[in-house]
Amino acid sequence: MDWINLLLLPVLRSVALIVVLLTGFAYLTWYERKLLARFQVRIGPNRAGPYGLLQPIADAVKAVFKEEIVPNMADKAVYMLAPALALIPALIIWAVIPVAKGVPAIADVNIGFLWILAIAGIESYGIILAGWSSNNNYSLLGALRSSAQMISYELPLGVFLVSILMLAGGFSLVSLVETPRAWWEWIWLWLMFPLFFICILAETNRSPFDLPETENELVAGFQTEYGGIKFALFFMAEYINMITTSAIMATLFFGGYRLPFGLLGDVIWLGPFVLAAKVIILLFLFIWVRASVGRPRYDQLMQFNWKFLLPVALGYMIITTLLTVFLK
Amino acid sequence: MAIDYLPLLIVLIVAALFAAIALVVPALLGPHRANKQKLEPYESGIIPFSDARRRFPVKFYLVAMLFILFDIEVIFLYPWAGVLRDLRDNYSIWLALAPMGFFLFVLIVGLLYEWKKGALDWK
Repeated sequence: MDWINLLLLPVLRSVALIVVLLTGFAYLTWYERKLLARFQVRIGPNRAGPYGLLQPIADAVKAVFKEEIVPNMADKAVYMLAPALALIPALIIWAVIPVAKGVPAIADVNIGFLWILAIAGIESYGIILAGWSSNNNYSLLGALRSSAQMISYELPLGVFLVSILMLAGGFSLVSLVETPRAWWEWIWLWLMFPLFFICILAETNRSPFDLPETENELVAGFQTEYGGIKFALFFMAEYINMITTSAIMATLFFGGYRLPFGLLGDVIWLGPFVLAAKVIILLFLFIWVRASVGRPRYDQLMQFNWKFLLPVALGYMIITTLLTVFLK
Repeated sequence: MAIDYLPLLIVLIVAALFAAIALVVPALLGPHRANKQKLEPYESGIIPFSDARRRFPVKFYLVAMLFILFDIEVIFLYPWAGVLRDLRDNYSIWLALAPMGFFLFVLIVGLLYEWKKGALDWK
């Protein structure tokens, strides 16, 4: 009996998680293409299946049957490893996110915050190794930009997380969602949400912060030399990161799997659907920003982080400390 | 307990297995018709005349150094933020605030110093 609980159940849950995330990824690409098309007054994919719904499957089949190419100047082992290193962290961050009342995706550990921070830190490895191993000027420049940008924006993100942690009073995300919050706490949290979202955009290399892969100067940035399934894995990592960070934001800012005002609080199976709905709304935000906002220059990007976001995050944290100590 | 963390290890292994399968299987399925031109690094059609791993601007190095500095400081904030309310309730407000206040003071002075020195400028 014991080994079922200890090994079999987590394995099954992990497989289920990965299957759900991959399906989510496939349909996120469809969702994005459809939405971008609407923003640009086009129709978008509509040939494969009704409303183009089979398009992601066609894309996947194409990626799987592409020729395998390793450029002759590349460092072969690192070149092959990099896509995996980009994808794995994107998949495993989900382990600590609660999907229903008292039910985390994989494990309820009391280090939820630290897990997210640590795994998000590993994410930049896949990108920098991809850029370095390809031995291509575009790739190397893209990877340098990307890693500098990711580590820079990790700082304000980390400081914001400290503030949320203070309000939550514990490292577990499962208990964070269940902890009741005062109305001023919600307002105070939501004030920070736009800045947090900007950090997330930069962390996931999404437009308008997609400077690592600016087509007009760096071709495709760190993934220039990648094709077929290895490109698809980077693509997967980026989109699953979008889903993951949306789920994290939904959990931290918008009550995760709970409906507002505790509606239907005891219907446990509703949790995943509510979370999914919130994630879809936040993903819409990602795509909306992509369709509307132009890219900044790279120096503007870095200065915005170091001279605006970081001081603001520190100030926000200090005020949150005082609020927590004197008000709660 | 340590056993609580076992599922995290399991999800890591399953994810790694998935990534390995995704890398290996298409390599066997796809065609293999490589030639010299195909395997050259892409440089907009020009034959690359040097290794790409050359020296790059020191700015990136500076950013990495600043990052390590501040990231370690942020790491120090985490345990403190987790027990802040506990400290206030069971000890005193000043024990909760004073040490971290001093720490943050040093941190902010450091940030201002870097700002003044121009380390935060990207040029």
